[in-house]
Amino acid sequence: MDLGVKPVSFASSSASWKSADGVPDQFPAGLRVLVVDDDPTCLRILEKMLKNCLYEVTTCNRAEVALKFLRDNRNGYDIVISDVHMPDMDGFKLLEHVGLEMDLPVIMMSADDSKNVVMKGVTHGACDYLIKPVRMEALKNIWQHVVRKKKHEWKEKDFEQSGSVDDVERQQKPIEDVDYSSSANEGTWKNSKKRKDEDDEAEERDDSSTLKKPRVVWSVELHQQFVTAVNQLGIDKAVPKKILELMNVPGLTRENVASHLQKYRLYLRRLSGVSQHQNGLSSSFMGPPDAPFGPMSSLSGVDLQALAASGQLPPQSLATIQAAALGRATTKSAITVPLVDQRNIFSFENPKLRFVDGQQQQNNNSKQVNLLHGIPTNMDSKQLASLHQSAQSFGSMSMHVHSQASQSNSLLTQMVQPPSRTQILNEINGSHALNLPSSVGQPVLSQGVPNAVLGRNGIENVRGPPYTSVSQPSTVVDFSRSQSTEFLGTSFSLVSNSGISNLTSKLQDEVNSEMKASRGFAPNFDIFNDINQNRTQDWRLQDVPSTFETQQHSNVRGSLDVSSSVLIQQQFSSNQKSGQNRVPPVNKAAFSVADGLGNSSNIGQQLSSSLVDNPSRIKAERPPDMGYQNGLFSEHFGQEDLMTAILKQQQGGMEPIENEFGFDGYHLDNLPV
Amino acid sequence: MQRQLANMKQSLFDQGYLDEQFIQLEELQDDANPNFVEEVVTLYYRDSARLIQNLEQALEKNPLDFGKLDSYMHQFKGSSSSIGAKRVKIECTQFREYCRTGNAEGCKKTFQQLKKEYATLKKKLEVYFQVARQAGPVEKACRPK
Repeated sequence: MDLGVKPVSFASSSASWKSADGVPDQFPAGLRVLVVDDDPTCLRILEKMLKNCLYEVTTCNRAEVALKFLRDNRNGYDIVISDVHMPDMDGFKLLEHVGLEMDLPVIMMSADDSKNVVMKGVTHGACDYLIKPVRMEALKNIWQHVVRKKKHEWKEKDFEQSGSVDDVERQQKPIEDVDYSSSANEGTWKNSKKRKDEDDEAEERDDSSTLKKPRVVWSVELHQQFVTAVNQLGIDKAVPKKILELMNVPGLTRENVASHLQKYRLYLRRLSGVSQHQNGLSSSFMGPPDAPFGPMSSLSGVDLQALAASGQLPPQSLATIQAAALGRATTKSAITVPLVDQRNIFSFENPKLRFVDGQQQQNNNSKQVNLLHGIPTNMDSKQLASLHQSAQSFGSMSMHVHSQASQSNSLLTQMVQPPSRTQILNEINGSHALNLPSSVGQPVLSQGVPNAVLGRNGIENVRGPPYTSVSQPSTVVDFSRSQSTEFLGTSFSLVSNSGISNLTSKLQDEVNSEMKASRGFAPNFDIFNDINQNRTQDWRLQDVPSTFETQQHSNVRGSLDVSSSVLIQQQFSSNQKSGQNRVPPVNKAAFSVADGLGNSSNIGQQLSSSLVDNPSRIKAERPPDMGYQNGLFSEHFGQEDLMTAILKQQQGGMEPIENEFGFDGYHLDNLPV
Repeated sequence: MQRQLANMKQSLFDQGYLDEQFIQLEELQDDANPNFVEEVVTLYYRDSARLIQNLEQALEKNPLDFGKLDSYMHQFKGSSSSIGAKRVKIECTQFREYCRTGNAEGCKKTFQQLKKEYATLKKKLEVYFQVARQAGPVEKACRPK
C-alpha cells in the first residue's frame, strides 16, 4: 500500500512521537508484535524474523492465550499477527475479538492462498494477509499498518472533536505533520496531535470529548454493557450518545462509543450474511427494492429501486445494505450501471425534495442514512458539483468517523457526499462520484466506480479521477452516515444526512433510498446549490426541481471542491444535529455550506489523508455505522459555522475554494498545505 | 570443510530437496543464534512427527475422513514449507489434491511417498548440520548457483 509516507525521519519524529509505554523513538524498531500460531516451527521462525527487524516479539501458540495477553496488557502491543487455522479458535474469530476489544491492526497468515480465505480475511477486518512460508521482506513492512491505523484513528478523533471550520483547518496542520513524520511516529501520534488540536480548539470542542483520549480498552464486561445498551435502544436507534448514556461508564466518551459501534456494526453485518447482499447488490444496484424497503417508498413516489433498497431498509437492513453497499463498492461495474438507473431516480428526487419540506423529519434517519449512501451515484455533473461540496464536508467528516469501513470506503466515497445528494437528486447521473467528493479516493478502492461516475457526470467539483487515488470514500461515507443519523432532528439535515451517508455507503441503492429518505436533505442540497450559485437561486424546498436546475448549473461551476462540498455537508450535518429549526436550516444550510466550503479545504486535505489511508484501510474496514457517524459529525458542526462558511464562500467566489482545496484525493504528502 | 558444506548444500538444492525458504532461514542465523537453522529443523522434525502419526492413524480408518486428512496435511504442508522442504511440500500438495477428489488410494500412495521424502531429507540434513558444525564459525548464507 502506498501511503505516500515520507521516509522515516527519526530526528523529527522524536519530538512529536513519544510513546506512553516508553518505546524508543526509533520507529519502526521496537514495534511490539504479538504472534499467534499453533505451529511451533513457524512460530520460531517468525519470532526470529521479527527480532531481526528489531521488533519486540511476544509469541503464543494459542488464541486464548493471545487474547489473555492482549487483555492483560491493553496498550502493550502495536500489532498482532495470527495464523488462520488454529485448533482452539479460528483465526478470524480472534481477529474479530481483537478488532472489537483492542482495535489493533491484525495480520492474518496462512499457507492457504485461496481467494476465499484471503477475502474472508479482508472482510473480517485484517489489515493484511500473508501467505506462508512468510518471508522476511513481508515482515519488514508491517509497521506501516500500525502507522496507518494510528493516523486514521487520529483523524477520526480530530473530526469528532472539531466542531467548526476552524477546527478543521487546524486539523489540517496536524495532518500534514503526520504526513511528514508518519514513518517516525507511532502510537502516540494521536495523542500528540490531539494535544495540538485541543490547544487550538479547546473551546470549540464538544463537551463530551476529552482533551486527551487514552485508548479505551473494551473489556468483555464493557463490551457486554455496550451490547446491552445497543439492544435496548434498538440497532437503528443506537446512537453513540444514547449508548453512552445507557452505559453510564465514567470516563467513556461518545467518540469511544462511536468507534466501537462502528466496529460492532461491521461485525453484525458480517454475521448477517454480507456476502449475499453484496453479491446481490453488485449485480443489480437498482435491483431489489425489497419489501423491507417499503416504508421509505411512501416517502417518494420515485421508484428509486436503489433507494428503496438502500434507504428503505429498516435499521436492521442497514447492515445488509451496508454489506451490499460494501459489496457494491467492490464492484466497479456494478456501480456504473446503477448510476444510470439512478439518474432516473434522481430526477424524481426533485419532487421528493419538495417533500422534504413537509417531511423534513425523515424520522428514519437510519434509513435515510442508508439511502444517502446509494444516492450519490446518480449525480449529474452539476449536481455533483454541489454534491461534492456537500460530500466534501461529509467526506471529511466521515473520514475519521469511518476508519473502519473498508467496504464503506468504496461506498462512502460515493455516498458520502450528502451535498451531492441533492445533486443526485437532480441528476441521477450515477453520481456516485458526486456524492462523494471524498470518494474520489474511493474509485481506486472501490472499484473505480466513483471515478466513473464522477467522470461521467462531468462534475467539475467531483474530481472523480483525482479521488480515485484517495481512499477517502470510506471516510466520506462514514461521514455521511453519521451525519444522517444525527440529523434526525432537523428536517433537512436528516434527509440530507441520511442521503449523504446513505449515498456513500450504498452506492446506488443507497442513493435511491436516500433520495427518498432524505427529503429533508434535499433542502440542504438546495442550499448548497444556492450558495454555489451565489444565491441566485431561490432556495426553497419546493423549488427543488428548479433548484436542481440551477444547482446543476451552479454545481457545474461550483468551484467548490469536493472538500468544499464535504465541508458543507458537514456543516449541514452539524447544523442538523443541533436540531436547528427547520426554516433556518435552509438558510443555515446555505451558511453551513459556506462554512463547509471554507472547511472543505481542510476537509479536502483531511480527506486526502483519509483517502490515502483508506486504500489500505479498506481492506480491513467495515461498513461504517451510519447512525454512529452522524452523531459524530453533527455535533461538530454548527449551523453558524456553515452559514459563515457558505457566506464566505459565496463572497469569495467558488474559485478560491477550489483552488484552496486542491483536493484531488491525493496522498497526504501531496496535499498542499 | 566449508567447501564440502557448500557442495552439500548445492546438491540439496539441485536435487530439489530444499528451496528458497531454507536460505531465508540461513539468513536469520547470526552470531547470537549460530545454530538457528539446525534448531528450527530439529523443531520441525519433532513437531511433524506428531502430525505424521495423526495422518497414519487417520489413514487406517475406514472410510477415510478426507476433511480431517486435508486439515492435518494443511498443517504439515505449512510446517514443511517454512523450512524449505521442497520435495516434502510437493507430496503434501499432491496428497491434498487426492483428498479433494476423495481418492483414498491416491492418498495412501502419496503418503508413503511423502514419508520417504521426509525421512530422506532428515538424514541428509543431519549430515549437513554435522558438517556445518565441524566447518567452524557460521558463514554467511549464500545462495546456491
